[in-house]
Amino acid sequence: MHGDWLDIGPKTQIEPGTARTLPVEGGEEIAVFHTMRGEFFALVNACPHKQGPLSQGIVHGDVVTCPLHNWNISLRSGNALGADEGCVPTIPLRVDAGRIYLKRSAVLSPRAVLA
Amino acid sequence: MNAPMTFDTGAPPPKGSRERLVVIGNGMAGCRAVEEILARDPNRFEITIFGAEPRVNYNRIMLSPVLAGDKSFDEIVINGADWYTDNGITLVSGDRVDHIDRAHKCVVARSGRVEPYDTLLIATGSDPFIIPIPGHDLDGVVTFRDLDDVDKMLAAAEKGGDAVVIGGGLLGLEAAHGLSLRGMKVTVVHLMPTLMERQLDEAAGYLLKTELERRGQTILTGANTKAIHGLDGKVVGIELEDGTRVKADIVVMAAGIRPSTGLAKAAGLECERGVMVDDHMVTSDPDVLAVGECVQHRGLCYGLVAPLWEMCRALADHVTDAPSGYLGSVTSTKLKVSGIDLFSAGDFSGGEGCEDIVLRDAARGVYKRVVLKDDKLVGAVLYGDTADGSWYFDLLKKGESVADLREGLIFGQAFASGGALADPNAAVANLSDEAEICGCNGVSKGTVVKSILAGACSLDAVRSTCKASASCGSCTGLVELLLSLTMGEDYGGAREVKTLCKCTSFGHDDVRRLIVEKQLKSIPQVMQELHWSTPDGCASCRPALNYYLLCALPGAYVDDQKSRFVNERMHANIQKDGTYSVVPRMWGGLTNPRELRAIADVVEKFNAPMVKVTGGQRLDIFGIRKEDLPAVWADLNAAGMVSGHAYGKSLRTVKTCVGSEWCRFGTQDSTGLGVKIEQMTWGSWMPHKFKIAVSGCPRNCAEATIKDFGVVCVDSGYELHVGGNGGIKVRATDFLCKVATEEEAMDVCAAFTQLYREEAHYLERTAPWIERVGLDHIKSRLLDDPDAIRRYAARFRYSQQFSQDDPWAKRASGERRDLHAHIATVRPLVVTPEMENA
Ligand code: SRM
Ligand SMILES: Cc1cc2nc3c(=O)[nH]c(=O)nc-3n(C[C@H](O)[C@H](O)[C@H](O)COP(=O)(O)OP(=O)(O)OC[C@H]3O[C@@H](n4cnc5c(N)ncnc54)[C@H](O)[C@@H]3O)c2cc1C
Ligand code: SF4
Ligand code: FES
Repeated sequence: MHGDWLDIGPKTQIEPGTARTLPVEGGEEIAVFHTMRGEFFALVNACPHKQGPLSQGIVHGDVVTCPLHNWNISLRSGNALGADEGCVPTIPLRVDAGRIYLKRSAVLSPRAVLA
Repeated sequence: MNAPMTFDTGAPPPKGSRERLVVIGNGMAGCRAVEEILARDPNRFEITIFGAEPRVNYNRIMLSPVLAGDKSFDEIVINGADWYTDNGITLVSGDRVDHIDRAHKCVVARSGRVEPYDTLLIATGSDPFIIPIPGHDLDGVVTFRDLDDVDKMLAAAEKGGDAVVIGGGLLGLEAAHGLSLRGMKVTVVHLMPTLMERQLDEAAGYLLKTELERRGQTILTGANTKAIHGLDGKVVGIELEDGTRVKADIVVMAAGIRPSTGLAKAAGLECERGVMVDDHMVTSDPDVLAVGECVQHRGLCYGLVAPLWEMCRALADHVTDAPSGYLGSVTSTKLKVSGIDLFSAGDFSGGEGCEDIVLRDAARGVYKRVVLKDDKLVGAVLYGDTADGSWYFDLLKKGESVADLREGLIFGQAFASGGALADPNAAVANLSDEAEICGCNGVSKGTVVKSILAGACSLDAVRSTCKASASCGSCTGLVELLLSLTMGEDYGGAREVKTLCKCTSFGHDDVRRLIVEKQLKSIPQVMQELHWSTPDGCASCRPALNYYLLCALPGAYVDDQKSRFVNERMHANIQKDGTYSVVPRMWGGLTNPRELRAIADVVEKFNAPMVKVTGGQRLDIFGIRKEDLPAVWADLNAAGMVSGHAYGKSLRTVKTCVGSEWCRFGTQDSTGLGVKIEQMTWGSWMPHKFKIAVSGCPRNCAEATIKDFGVVCVDSGYELHVGGNGGIKVRATDFLCKVATEEEAMDVCAAFTQLYREEAHYLERTAPWIERVGLDHIKSRLLDDPDAIRRYAARFRYSQQFSQDDPWAKRASGERRDLHAHIATVRPLVVTPEMENA
């Protein structure tokens, strides 16, 4: 795959139930998640509450619990769940032939794409 | 045998009288499409089918039963030679089409045969994906796609020995099952943590794995194959990324399939993952159709037969001028391994607005989960009892609201739609007196009712009188219904147990007790056996279960890092800005120039913005980035310092005062004892953090009476105090006992710590724990029996053998680099792979 999709390496580099990070120079760090069910998601690595690094939270189902104050964030939509309100931009991601691809334009300016 | 063979039609119709349809692929989709066309208009086309395989059309999915010995090839043929003859079809089998010439509207086969077409149908199916690791081309490495593959496996099985199957999906497991029935010793190597992860969730995958292991297969999940090793060109084994080697006389690659698009791509037809088709199975060339696993329709490629049947209908409608259109399929999966009932359908990955209903019946080994979204059924996973699979699948395909069925949905069709049964009260009232309520203890309804009438008017009373619900607890709901039915208004209502979290109806004590009683060994096992209502728990229960298992199985349980809160996973304290603070251990608050110099060097080298003396008598280095942690630790390790566990639900510090060595009031060597105690207790995992202090006299400069365990030295010995807390709610300690020697003080410390480890609830510090259970309980456990201290202390010391290696040292040496390193850095328009495997 090419064009607007950025190859960020093999699926195996992220252990299921964890996330790894991708800093963007001049932009916002991205967290790439691998759930225990084997799905992949990418979000801006900043909790909508107080910018906690979501990549460091506990992943359960398709939700991550922020390590700073325990907000639950949906990996699918970036929305805060339960009583909390807020949303973190998600980055379109696809997996092909064992490699992970992120949408380049969204990587470079995730909030612009959201708007 | 591979020479092209041709069945020509008995009476060829005059050339040119009919349109010429050429089909590439004599498989399931290609032949079904022809059948569908013939059913609509038998005279429309002059048909030629090319098949690369040297045989007639057979049912590919039945290759698994052929491998397992349940079926012969003849039994799985769909269309024999006479079908081709009777329908005037020319079959060119054993001859692969190498080229499509769209300009001249003809295809060219390997044998040189050129066949012109008016309409071309591509039905080339999929190719097995071969992981390009070293050794993939050795003799003895096979795939599982056609009869030749089965023959190779059967030949290998005849000789016996070891088989490795790479890939724990549907195909891999069916291959493994067949080979194992044929007498081979089978190891399945699967990359993902869950078998069949595309169809199963973690819970069902766990049950499947357990069952296959029970049948003698070795299942390695989360295992990445690095290489296949050979000798004289023949496979002898495989090697995993972590260095493990597994012997193999045959290696089956079942790592996935890829739509076979090579021909179409070369012919300039639009392809992505598959050959692109519209709703009538037409490719980017109106004269070329495609169907089956090789196509991509509305963004999806399928790997099961049900969608192919629907595609073939739409295709036939289109070519016979009655277009209907294919809209895509919802699929369901069953595993064809005898004795294992497993069903999965739709999307059960959950997500926004989705609701899970989970039913686990540990006694029968059943796990069922249905996923609802906006009151509609969107997914289902069933293990152990798949009787309702087709009912769920039907509800799912219909997409109608199931709001009315919701209450009983998980119990299946009979329950959800059956009158009286749908009301649980009525259902229980209708049970006969002989009906078994508690399976574990074999207690009938009559017995439960009798004990309620005899005065057992609470759940606990029922449990202690007739034992119903006293073991696994899965009948608790039934017993409570019986209590309310029997006692009516008088029943005080369901017992108030604070459950561990919303995923379970058990409280902490029950979970801890059952882990030990039922000898549970892993988080998924606890979740299944104790009827967890979510597939993989939540951020509250996962860390708690991880601790309970760790405490119950010292040395045997493998810590689940992903169930740990960030600080314990990163071995440092996360800060508000996402950096970390690092606190090396300073035994008993003592330090020396070497340590101080190393800390000073680290602060300068890594530009730490702040160093601070903590309230726990040591130094805290702030503002370290997660990438730099291993390097920081390496430098501290080099000066002899280890992790201070300032981040852990574990022993934090042992605070000391100067004591008799220097202080004019000191009665004993409080500093020395503090160091010894810290050396005994460091590294221990606890329900919550645990702090100790040793003061040299009752002036108590080390504040020992607000610590979890405090020692106050006096002339005649050591006063031991427990359950103090200086935190949110200050609590002074309770006096536990007085001892004469340092050794005794240390034994009581070890024993009390172990009692706390074994009995407290996760995230309960000693102060609230003692308030809950009472000091008398602690005393009766530790002091009533003269041997108790020794026993508890021995258990503590045993478990300490496994927890006293410095976690920093392992990380500093490169272990779990993935937790610290970024994947890569994105610079505008370029990515720089800084890291190992990007
Ligand atoms: C670093 C330190 C403050 C300092 O600069 O002195 C500290 C820092 C934190 N304390 Fe503390 N506590 C520190 C000594 C204390 C003490 C004093 C002591 O240990 O003598 C107390 C009261 C004594 C006690 O625990 O009984 C203390 C009572 C707490 C509490 C309340 C606990 C309670 O049971 O009520 C929390 C919250 C918690 O653990 O849930 C807490 C939590 C925290 C956390 C870990 C907050 C968090 O979860 O992120 C702070 C981490 C800061 C950081 O980023 O590093 N800290 N904390 C001290 C580290 C000691 C060490 O060397 O390990
Ligand atoms: C062991 C096994 C078990 C399975 N179990 C199930 C199951 O339980 N349930 C289920 O729904 N599905 C199952 N499947 C999947 C199912 O078999 C496929 O979805 C189905 O066969 C796809 O049909 P197809 O016609 O697209 O491809 P195929 O059936 O593979 O047919 C394609 C044919 O085209 C031929 N071909 C390819 N290229 C050329 C060329 N250039 N020239 C001439 N011929 C060519 C191939 O040799 C092949 O015979 C199973 C598959 C396997 C292998
Ligand atoms: S008292 Fe402890 S938890 Fe509160 S701000 Fe200070 S260090 Fe943080
Ligand atoms: S920053 Fe995430 S919950 Fe506060």
